Amino acid sequence: MAATGEGKKEEADYKRLHSFPLIRHTDMPEEMRVETMELCVTACEKFATNNESAAKMIKESMDKKFGSSWHVVIGEGFGFEVTHEVKNLLYMFFGGSLAVCVWKCS
Amino acid sequence: MGVHFVLEGGLLHQDSDEARRLMAKDGLPEETGTVESGAELDEEKPETPAKPIDDGGEVEEAGVEDVASKKKPKLTNQFNFSERASQTLDNPQRERSCQSEPPPRANFSATANQWEIYDAYVHELQKQEKNKEKQKAVSLKKDNEKSKKKMMQMETQGNDINKVGKSSRILERMVIQNTFDDIAQDFRYFEDASDEFRDQEGTLLPLWKFQYDKAKRLSVTALCWNTKYQDLFAVGMGSYDFNKQGCGMLLLYSLKNSTFPEYICPTNSGILCLDIHKQRSYLVAVGFYDGCVAVYNLREEGLEPVYKSTAKTGKHTDPVWQVCWQNDDMDNNHNFCSVSSDGRVVSWTLVKNELAFTDIITLSLSGSVSEGLEGMQQHSTACGTSFDFHKQIDYLFLVGTEEGKIHKCSKTYSSQFLETYDAHSMAVDTVKWNNFHPKVFISCSSDWTVKIWDHTIKTPMFTFDLNAPVGDVAWSPYSSTVFAAVTTDGTVHVFDLSINKYEAICQQLVVAKKKTRLTHIEFNPIYPIIIVGSDRGCITSFKLSPNLRKKPKAKKGQELPKGPEAEIAKMEKLLSLLREPEHRTV
Repeated sequence: MAATGEGKKEEADYKRLHSFPLIRHTDMPEEMRVETMELCVTACEKFATNNESAAKMIKESMDKKFGSSWHVVIGEGFGFEVTHEVKNLLYMFFGGSLAVCVWKCS
Repeated sequence: MGVHFVLEGGLLHQDSDEARRLMAKDGLPEETGTVESGAELDEEKPETPAKPIDDGGEVEEAGVEDVASKKKPKLTNQFNFSERASQTLDNPQRERSCQSEPPPRANFSATANQWEIYDAYVHELQKQEKNKEKQKAVSLKKDNEKSKKKMMQMETQGNDINKVGKSSRILERMVIQNTFDDIAQDFRYFEDASDEFRDQEGTLLPLWKFQYDKAKRLSVTALCWNTKYQDLFAVGMGSYDFNKQGCGMLLLYSLKNSTFPEYICPTNSGILCLDIHKQRSYLVAVGFYDGCVAVYNLREEGLEPVYKSTAKTGKHTDPVWQVCWQNDDMDNNHNFCSVSSDGRVVSWTLVKNELAFTDIITLSLSGSVSEGLEGMQQHSTACGTSFDFHKQIDYLFLVGTEEGKIHKCSKTYSSQFLETYDAHSMAVDTVKWNNFHPKVFISCSSDWTVKIWDHTIKTPMFTFDLNAPVGDVAWSPYSSTVFAAVTTDGTVHVFDLSINKYEAICQQLVVAKKKTRLTHIEFNPIYPIIIVGSDRGCITSFKLSPNLRKKPKAKKGQELPKGPEAEIAKMEKLLSLLREPEHRTV
């Protein structure tokens, strides 16, 4: 019982501590990076249960802001190898379990 | 280039009204329905009459034709048109192409899964914690560093020049050490061997001579050794000629550099006295001819004093003749006293950024301050010219006046003198307590005399006539019975009462020019040297020969008593010899 209690507590701790956006890889300039990151956070929070919608929102917003063509992948587990335009890639983790990869390639 | 070709057509449709009209005109049967163009008609017209003229073949043909046309008009081209064409120039075509570089691309690949995400977060958190710890440490360090940096900045203000200044100062000293090597050797090691054969008398060996060009016209009015750096002394420059008062100068010389002062501070008024604080050797109190007192802080850059008295803050109305640092008061404020011709002895306290003053005593001509006659007080003030505080008894001090009297006063009684000595017939130039014996003090005056007193007795114990006005007198720091005096005729007199009670054991003329007057003398607290100031702005240092600092010879098998007790005993012995006959007479 105690063990499970602790486990729960740990889980809560984990969720609380690991909710911040963590950028794993990016080659964007500072300003763009911050904007993109915020957009990803907003989208993931808005569509917490629907990754597809979140990805769509991100893609559309990015297309508007930085020109086409953006591609977005959101998921809990995936592997990828992409070709992107230099200075237009962001790969980050969010919310402790989500990975978001945003890149541009027209 | 295009050429536009226009040709008006002469074609008519054979069924059209116009064609019928024309045919009717030509007499052709309408039924045939043949269409003849205007042109054909024209052609046909000359053709028919030309038939006989033409060749038979043609005629035959025509005839056939005619027959045929009569039978069935020939239906050729419905419009009976002729084709004509022209060609326009074609523009030459060229191929042109260019290729742009595609935007640079890169490949990126990664795998995202739960454990990787987890690991990344854990790693990041650890990093953050480390950073926090570091920042704490760094911020602490930074605080320290900042203060250090500030200090550094303070020190290095004035920047590069200062660095050069420091090294050039070192270099200057090295050069001087080389140039004056013989003097330095003398200062350290030379002992006059001839003293052994001279019995009691001694000599003075001239060492360095200190002179500063800009202060040549001023006379030395004050000398004071620094207690912390024994090679450093302060010189006050001013003038004793009261018709020719001008600016003054505060100089600090080091024995290590006799050619140029370490510190120069020009003042608006002539300096008459100065004193260096015993513990805080960077504080120099200065008294001016205009009645001001000021405190200079040698650690601070700039030529202005850090403290200066003003008319509002109780400045003296007459020249300040002596200043003397006192022990810090109960609030740990530095304070010093000053005496002036206006008859006031004032205590000055350094409070934050100003000088606070307290009158200790106002001197009066009649033995005690006139009681109840405040109006008269003004007339009866005496002019203080010198004073000295007792070495052990904090409140006790002596004041010498212009009238030749010496008053024994206490800080606690501002209205009364403890004692008054009729010391001299002219102004008392200096009064000084003995460094060892608590009862003995010495005084000198322009009336040519130096007198030694026991402050409990109203008459002098010793009187020496030096045959010239005495400028200054100083007790030696190493013996209770040795003192030196300078006279205006340029002579230094050194006495050792334990050797000779009547005459000086050294009388030496130390000035080059006859007219030069000696104004002040001071013993170095450690080394056996004296400095003597003249009215030409020149300070000379002398080494005392062995005879002048001789210790009583030790008897065999008996250890010589040392220390202050021995010195007191030595003096006491002398005094008792003098006292006893008096007692007997009484």
